[in-house]
Amino acid sequence: MYRLGHIVLAGALCLAALPAWSQTAAHRAPRTADGKPNLNGIWQALNSADWDLQGHAAAQGPVYALGAVFSIPPGLSVVEGDEIPYLPAAAAKQKENRANWVKLDPEVKCYLPGVPRATYLPYPFQIVQSRENIMMVYEYAGAVRTINMGAPTKAPADSWMGWSNGHWEGETLVVDVTSQNADTWFDRAGDFHSEALHVVERYTPRSADILNYEATIEDPKVFSRPWKISMPLYRRVEKDARLLEYKCVEFTEELLYGPLRKKASK
Amino acid sequence: MTTRRSLASIIVLAATLAGLVLAPVPVRGQVPASRSTSTTKTWTPPRTPDGQPDLQGVYANATLTPLERPKGLGAKEFYTEHEFAELMKRIQQGIVPEEADLGNAAPQDVRYDLSLYGFDLTKATLASNRRTSLIVGPEGVVPPMLPEARKRNAERAAKNKGHEFDSYENRPLQERCILMAQERIPMLPGAADNNLLQIVEGPGYVVLLHEIDHSTRVIPTDGRPHISQKIREYQGDSVGHWEGNTLVVDTTNFTDLTAFRGSGEKLHLVERFSRPDEKTLLYQFTVEDPATWDKPWTAEIPMAKAQGPVYEWACHEGNYDEFVTILRGARVAEEEAARKAAK
Amino acid sequence: MRVGFMGYRSLASSAALTAFLVVSSAAPAAGQAAPAAKSATSGKSATSKKAWTPSRTPEGQPDLQGVWTNNTVTPLERPKDLAGKEFYTDAELAAGMKKEHERLDLNVEEGLPTEPGTAADVHYDFSEYGLDRAQTKIAWNHRTSIIVGPDGRIPPLTPEARKRIADRRAKAKGHEFDGPENRPLGARCLARPNVGPPLLPSAYNSNLQIVQGAGYVVIEAEMIHDARVIPTDGRPHLAKNVKQWMGDSVGHWEGNTLVIDTTNFTDLNPFEDAQNLHVVERLTRVDAETILYQFTVEDPGMWIKPWSGELPITKMQGQLYEYACHEANYGLVNTLRGARVAEEEAAKKATK
Repeated sequence: MYRLGHIVLAGALCLAALPAWSQTAAHRAPRTADGKPNLNGIWQALNSADWDLQGHAAAQGPVYALGAVFSIPPGLSVVEGDEIPYLPAAAAKQKENRANWVKLDPEVKCYLPGVPRATYLPYPFQIVQSRENIMMVYEYAGAVRTINMGAPTKAPADSWMGWSNGHWEGETLVVDVTSQNADTWFDRAGDFHSEALHVVERYTPRSADILNYEATIEDPKVFSRPWKISMPLYRRVEKDARLLEYKCVEFTEELLYGPLRKKASK
Repeated sequence: MTTRRSLASIIVLAATLAGLVLAPVPVRGQVPASRSTSTTKTWTPPRTPDGQPDLQGVYANATLTPLERPKGLGAKEFYTEHEFAELMKRIQQGIVPEEADLGNAAPQDVRYDLSLYGFDLTKATLASNRRTSLIVGPEGVVPPMLPEARKRNAERAAKNKGHEFDSYENRPLQERCILMAQERIPMLPGAADNNLLQIVEGPGYVVLLHEIDHSTRVIPTDGRPHISQKIREYQGDSVGHWEGNTLVVDTTNFTDLTAFRGSGEKLHLVERFSRPDEKTLLYQFTVEDPATWDKPWTAEIPMAKAQGPVYEWACHEGNYDEFVTILRGARVAEEEAARKAAK
Repeated sequence: MRVGFMGYRSLASSAALTAFLVVSSAAPAAGQAAPAAKSATSGKSATSKKAWTPSRTPEGQPDLQGVWTNNTVTPLERPKDLAGKEFYTDAELAAGMKKEHERLDLNVEEGLPTEPGTAADVHYDFSEYGLDRAQTKIAWNHRTSIIVGPDGRIPPLTPEARKRIADRRAKAKGHEFDGPENRPLGARCLARPNVGPPLLPSAYNSNLQIVQGAGYVVIEAEMIHDARVIPTDGRPHLAKNVKQWMGDSVGHWEGNTLVIDTTNFTDLNPFEDAQNLHVVERLTRVDAETILYQFTVEDPGMWIKPWSGELPITKMQGQLYEYACHEANYGLVNTLRGARVAEEEAAKKATK
């Protein structure tokens, strides 16, 4: 009992001692065998951006039965300027989305998350770098995308995860993502886009175990100007870190198909 | 309105039942004779290894000085030495005059022994000074509330009227263990009841732990701005900086539910922590809210160095039974009334 | 009967259909049948190696990368009338290839279903969407069955497995349409038999992509965007209590061969009711166009002995496209709604 107060304080100080986010001077990443910055590894965002890209206070979760386990954690904004520049009609739609997010959010239904949301979902993802392609494998829903590092190619059709062409700019992996369908969202706050979405992602090694992640988001049907999010991604450094299956389809079946279940015979 | 009395009876009893609270052991009768801020000593506080003024330690803000000056004292801001000595003497004899604010320690119809749990104010560590009120200045009272604020608060109260016992969300924040009276900022003395404040400093941060409901504020002193105004918190967002040997903490981003003495969400709080001598932490605060008061107001509370440690004060964890009892009581009363009406 | 190969037909009829509505499948070059990959399998076994040396990744691993297909006409189990005959002759294989081409030509011309008997179940043109396996490159080989050895069939079940399966079936009987969990895993977009492991060709879309990074090999099956990220750094398997649909795969290199060891399966996939499934896969690039894929499956509580299979995986053009199954799985909705409607109608009739 004697030390409880001290423990609380020590914990608070530990948290507080985390360095403030800041752009750091160029860190030269280790190289792959073919001389490219080596981003191989399992990475994860450590923030609550998937709840709301913009700054948000803690709030009651949607399921009372889950109490503190699934309420909304607070978080600072990952949006540059803390404002998503919606066009007026789109702003209204976002409000409606937010009000009905449990019903409308594709993440609730275990749908493929799209980009950039896949990056900051509260699950790890793995970068596997080869000469021709960089594969990003996401634990959530087993989502995956292959980034073409050769001459840019064009998508044959829109898809959930879109079409990714990448190139290197110094230490930075730049990924141009187009042809995403209009069915994904950016977060659980109802932030959304149209099929005109164009995302440019930048992955820059900041130190051995941290990447700076930036995504510039452009969609003239929804936003009045391009806007940008940024956040660090942390390497999962545990020994034996690996992606496990999170095939969430099964967890949505009662929600999606439960009403079609055979009624218990009377 | 839920009085401090009901609070004390509900929360403390509940917490006691849950066995989670240990009251601090007060140092008997240790009344420091610190006077006022104006008496500046040449005492220089020590420094932390990082070179910040060292405010660290455990302090108690128990005081007999009321927040607002008793009406009869007019513009009298300080007692004379003689008046103050007399007042202290009477208090130690157990005679508490109207010039003192007993707060939680006032006699009440609770079912436990006031001499237990550190409730006996006369045995507490007191940092009272010769001030006639904690609020400084010739008026010594909270400025009048603006008509719009009066209206706002009246409307909120009217909305809840008749529904006080409808559900948990109709109960006051403190009864729900969301925001206790004593942990609220600015920190007002809670008489003798769990009034300890612990200060710990680390590089670039000062942590304030209030014993009441383990309320912890981690205050950065690295010059960062406030967080986005979109993020509102019960305790607001605090950033600090050093002015000489004084820690200055600026707090905004309050919720409109925080309502410090009727304030709105525009509440702006500036707190100043300094050490006039080894045994005293001087706590001063200024609050302003142009939507609530026509001018800012300032109070000053000396805190006396106290013996630690600060124990765990768990409110919510033991609140369940008590809270259920309140609501169940209301439901039972309703049922009985319905039954009577039906007869 | 294929134990646990859950309903190719029901797949094709429900979930798959919906997937096609939203997903562009790999655009195959029609009629692009690969020349018989004799190099891989014309020899009687994998041991007949050519002098061909695989290229290396920058990290020095044998390079298995690329877009591949294990699309085949070879059945998993040997047809009864071929008992004892493990390989077709060159002439027999040539005749089989010719037959496939003719069938395809007919299809392209008339848009007829390719598989009389099964096609009656489906509502779309087999010549579209790459549904006809002959429209995609085929990894031809001389084998009469994927399963090797004189039997060429999955060995008999153990008595306890027989009982387990019978019990489960009896329990499931009459409840096939009760709720989503009664439907096959494929219809639920949870797991498809082509993913395994072992990787087994599907009736359509047997497309794979292999990507290698330092210390990892990823095998992605286009259907249903299942990527197995296989570490090759010598780490052990996951704790026994962590079960996964695709199991837990760890790999290592034996010369030019990638050997993948997989355990930690659920008892639902890929072989229903197998409780201690252990799969070993071997991938060897035997020439620029071909990976020889070999596998051994064992579960002493399931089959009386281990069994092994072998088939070539052949290089194909293109990129994998997104195969989103769950996102528009109207098939499952329609199946269940249909069952409810049928029940209501039956009830109405009964009350009349």
